[in-house]
Amino acid sequence: MTAYTATVTVRLKHGVLDPEAETTKQALERLDFELDALRSADQFEIDLDAADADAAADRAGEMAERLLANPTIHDYEVDVAQR
Amino acid sequence: MTVSIVRFGGSNCDRDAERALDHLGIDAEIVWHEDGLPADTTGVVLPGGFSYGDYLRAGAMAAQSPIIDEVESLAAEGVPVLGVCNGAQIGCESGLTEGAFTTNESARFQCEHVYLRVERDDTPWTAAYDEGDVIEIPIAHGEGRYEIDADRLDTLEAEDRILFRYCDENGDVTDAANPNGSRHNVAGVLGDRETVAVMMPHPERATIPHVGMTDGQGVLRAFE
Repeated sequence: MTAYTATVTVRLKHGVLDPEAETTKQALERLDFELDALRSADQFEIDLDAADADAAADRAGEMAERLLANPTIHDYEVDVAQR
Repeated sequence: MTVSIVRFGGSNCDRDAERALDHLGIDAEIVWHEDGLPADTTGVVLPGGFSYGDYLRAGAMAAQSPIIDEVESLAAEGVPVLGVCNGAQIGCESGLTEGAFTTNESARFQCEHVYLRVERDDTPWTAAYDEGDVIEIPIAHGEGRYEIDADRLDTLEAEDRILFRYCDENGDVTDAANPNGSRHNVAGVLGDRETVAVMMPHPERATIPHVGMTDGQGVLRAFE
């Protein structure tokens, strides 16, 4: 078994409105920053032991499917690194 | 003959639901989620509130509670199940109903009266109304915007599973009457069976006359 950190990033699907991101963008503009767009995402770092990187990614992906993301509104990606 | 109102940590409309059902003469009791459903459960209310502090997403944690497996089993048998507000979010997160309720278009918590158009009158939840009726019921939510893939929404509409839509007082479904940016003004939907429904507005807050409105009574009469 090898120790990994799986990083799961959960984003709203393209086309799904993100009012919090829009509000944040407006707040940055009130601070006189120039920007075209802002997207938000949730990121989860999961320490786990697995036989190999694929097994670690599979387990983290299942975590995303079943809880961390809501497939109705979210896309997600999984990155795995040894720790 | 008892309606079980499932209380999670952070539920706060459980007692409102109990009092509203009691007002209608419907036997109901509040059930702590860890205790499971009583054997004589004849209906289930997933009440509003902020279960698990809305951690991760509103309703996401409560949807993983073992009692939801029991609720799903009863729902599959035809026992009436109603999710209101946070209960609606739990219903969608658990898969009892399709879609998701997420952050209001305004990005704000909204507590106001809205008008709903009754889309069907042949379900237990709407038998007291006529199709096209306009009812006034309060909302109180920050994450009530109904989101779903366009294809799935088409299917839900084709299957006539939209229960209520936000409308103006004349029953016109307009953008201006949509309080939270919900797709196609959807305020409530049916599950696989007509006996399962979720809705963001609060019928239990529009049932007891001294609260000022009684248009929500018809929804709760599904449990009679």
